[in-house]
Amino acid sequence: MKLIFEKGAAGRGCSILPECDVPAVDAGSFARKTPARLPQVSETEISRHYTALAKQTHGVNDGFYPLGSCTMKYNPKINEAMAALPGFTGVHPLQEPETVQGSMEVLGKAEQYLCEITGMDRMTFQPAAGAHGEFTGLLLIKGYHTARGDQARTKILVPDSAHGTNPASAAMAGFEVVNIPSGADGCVDLDALRAAAGPDTAGLMLTNPNTVGLFDKNILEITRIVHEAGGLCYYDGANLNAVMGVVRPGDMGFDVVHLNLHKTFSTPHGGGGPGSGPVGCKSLLAPFLPGKMPVQGPDGWQWETPAQSVGDVKAFYGNFLVVVKAFTYILSLGRMGIPAAAKNAVLNANYLMYRLKDHYTMAYNHRCMHEFVMSLEDVKHETGVSALDVAKALLDHGIHPPTMYFPLIVHEALMVEPTETETKETLDEAADVLIEILEEARRAPQSMHQLPLTTPVGRLDEVTAARKPVVRYDFSAGQAG
Amino acid sequence: MGSYISNSPDEQQQMLSAVGATDFESLYADVPASMLLEEGALHLPDGLSEMEVSEAVKALSAKNRVFPHIFRGAGAYQHYIPAIVTNVVSKEEFVTAYTPYQAEISQGVLQSIFEYQTMICELTGMEVSNASVYDGATAAAEAVAMCREKKRNVALVSAAAQPQVISVIRTYCFGNGMEVRLIPEKDGRTDLEALAGMLGDDVACVYLQQPNFYGCLEDGQKAADLTHGGKAKLIVGCNPISLGALEPPAAYGADIAVGEGQPLGMPLSFGGPYLGFMATGKALMRKLPGRIVGQTTDTNGKVGYVLTLQAREQHIRREKAGSNICSNQALCAMTASVYLAAMGWNGLSQAAKSCMANAHYLADQLSGIGYPRKHTGPYFHEFVTICPVPASKALAALAQHGYLGGLALNDREILWCATEKNRKAEMDELVSILKEVRGE
Repeated sequence: MKLIFEKGAAGRGCSILPECDVPAVDAGSFARKTPARLPQVSETEISRHYTALAKQTHGVNDGFYPLGSCTMKYNPKINEAMAALPGFTGVHPLQEPETVQGSMEVLGKAEQYLCEITGMDRMTFQPAAGAHGEFTGLLLIKGYHTARGDQARTKILVPDSAHGTNPASAAMAGFEVVNIPSGADGCVDLDALRAAAGPDTAGLMLTNPNTVGLFDKNILEITRIVHEAGGLCYYDGANLNAVMGVVRPGDMGFDVVHLNLHKTFSTPHGGGGPGSGPVGCKSLLAPFLPGKMPVQGPDGWQWETPAQSVGDVKAFYGNFLVVVKAFTYILSLGRMGIPAAAKNAVLNANYLMYRLKDHYTMAYNHRCMHEFVMSLEDVKHETGVSALDVAKALLDHGIHPPTMYFPLIVHEALMVEPTETETKETLDEAADVLIEILEEARRAPQSMHQLPLTTPVGRLDEVTAARKPVVRYDFSAGQAG
Repeated sequence: MGSYISNSPDEQQQMLSAVGATDFESLYADVPASMLLEEGALHLPDGLSEMEVSEAVKALSAKNRVFPHIFRGAGAYQHYIPAIVTNVVSKEEFVTAYTPYQAEISQGVLQSIFEYQTMICELTGMEVSNASVYDGATAAAEAVAMCREKKRNVALVSAAAQPQVISVIRTYCFGNGMEVRLIPEKDGRTDLEALAGMLGDDVACVYLQQPNFYGCLEDGQKAADLTHGGKAKLIVGCNPISLGALEPPAAYGADIAVGEGQPLGMPLSFGGPYLGFMATGKALMRKLPGRIVGQTTDTNGKVGYVLTLQAREQHIRREKAGSNICSNQALCAMTASVYLAAMGWNGLSQAAKSCMANAHYLADQLSGIGYPRKHTGPYFHEFVTICPVPASKALAALAQHGYLGGLALNDREILWCATEKNRKAEMDELVSILKEVRGE
């Protein structure tokens, strides 16, 4: 499809602004000498351009999206409507508190509800995404140890099944990463954990349910080992959807958590953001929270800066409108609806696993939580068809593939997370398609490497893209080159 | 109670039976029993119908005061947002997609990011842009981290930068162990003489904001020459609207251009979601954090787009990655693209020139009634005035008339902002209100 720079013509454009009604000012030596080459297109062209791009984009609204670890649940439209209210979109972040009591109350109440769900005491909404939350949570741990004069705690323990953001966040926070191997059951190897935990342990980062979709039943022992070594326990909330309202990270022994409001709390992903990665903590870490916290007093909501704050991790108060969406979702579901969503997420995953388990090899033969991992290793050995091939085959059926090649501890992995918002027939259809693909792999393996056939483009050459990067349109060539 | 579970209770029972579970509780057999919450034990309100939720949230939004006249900036700016912008970014395909990992069914998002990267390069004069980061402040902090070298661990940051940006740079440096030193401010601009004395073998980079927090224009060329003389890198945090009228960072030699993209079509929204943009030259391309989209071809030679240069990123490099960023602000980046397409160069440059003209008109009028400008140098669309009455008094009087005045920096100084949204009649009324306050 043509780029927007290849459309339009000199002299075209939209009429947006009025003439300025005060005298012009000369910017003198600061004045720009060369114009930016922005598109010269009519509104008709813009509208059609983006409509065409939308048609080449698969969202949750277009079809099943069982992308493991990403919780691609349906995004309720009321959330969008509430976030678009002018009372929220029209206020400046630096208005006096008495003029933004509504926004502060949203933050305050969302904090209260999410603390209840996670078993934490305080929560900041400043982090803009999950990884940003991880970084923030680790800074709280760093602030805590630093304030105690405990400078020797330089290491963060991370299971080898963890999301890549965990070790990357630990490194950004200045910690050394110690990888903890998983046991044969996909859970934390307790002996390895005991061996690694010690006076240099700042903390442990863990997802529970973990990335293979299992609830680590040794969780109390795990957090106890870390605490006894003097470390703190960090909960990566990526997989909270399996357990929200059923069991709380705070009760598992965690000291600090981050949530992904764009996953668990139904705010959309926007093609890669904006998300929201609030960080909750037990009271021992609350003095180190970043930014300003809303506090309700006799004269309404006021801002309070935590006493030993690590500083700001973002300007202002985070992705506020995303918080409005999650807040709307919590009000909708309430006390009973939150656990009901979790339970149905687990049920849907188990049902889909049940439909597939006689055909595909499950990485772990165990009842799963909200997601499960299949290994295509045997299929690849037998037919040459890889997890990638199966994923690409799904594209021709209008299904977004599961997460591929993750977690790293499972070879040829496909990680499937259907979420609670899908119907039984969607799961049945997806199961039928996956079984059919497997039959096709055995019947005509060679043809599988050519898929997909029905998408706007076929398989793309990623190697050349990385070796000879073309990352912007080249105007001089008259085409991207 | 609201619910988005699709299956009926009967279907749920059928599925439970199919998987061999007697009830939902048995699905959680691995969770230690002592830890399980009792049914209904959460201290949350009961769920509500959609109509009730709508009423409750609207009631909260009504507790906010939306000012019809806004003269406050300081890092968040009110601009006119063309209707097409809101329309395009509300398309469900864009709203509900994930990061475009599966390129074949994500060409729309990927191409839009490629176009966004091109527009950011054009605006800043740079060669490479990433797909966005969280906001202008985190973009600045990530840029500082990009510049770190083994023996260069110090970041020199202008004291005339936005306070939140300085704070976020400091926080990131608390994490990664870099040292932050502030370059002092003199008459509202970065003291470049002081900078000359601060550069040394341990300095990795200099961060300058253009226009700066006080609205003043910095001598970018001189700052770049000094910085490069010290073999450090110059990062410039720029207001994207200003680039419709002012020289872009690349023109005076900046190594990295970053900034807050909110003015490009995003409403004020109490501080977010906003957009952090980052652009640089080819030399630093592989140090850029975040997603980058590249052009390539498919098996039939057809042009397409993919996430590229992923060897930089956390999911490949884990603890050796330069940044942990994963989700960014994709839909906000698209907002900026549609805004720039709708405005075009003519529209953007008109917006920038109107901002500048309005701010100068307002400053002159305020000066005429005894609210003189504090600084002497050139400025863009923000400026600081000395207040002859307590700032709180002046702002309260304005608020009574529906005006959100400038930001009080202290009780005798106000930082004002005017954009293309502010018309002459509105500014004249503001001036007459303040004149009255002074006369009381």
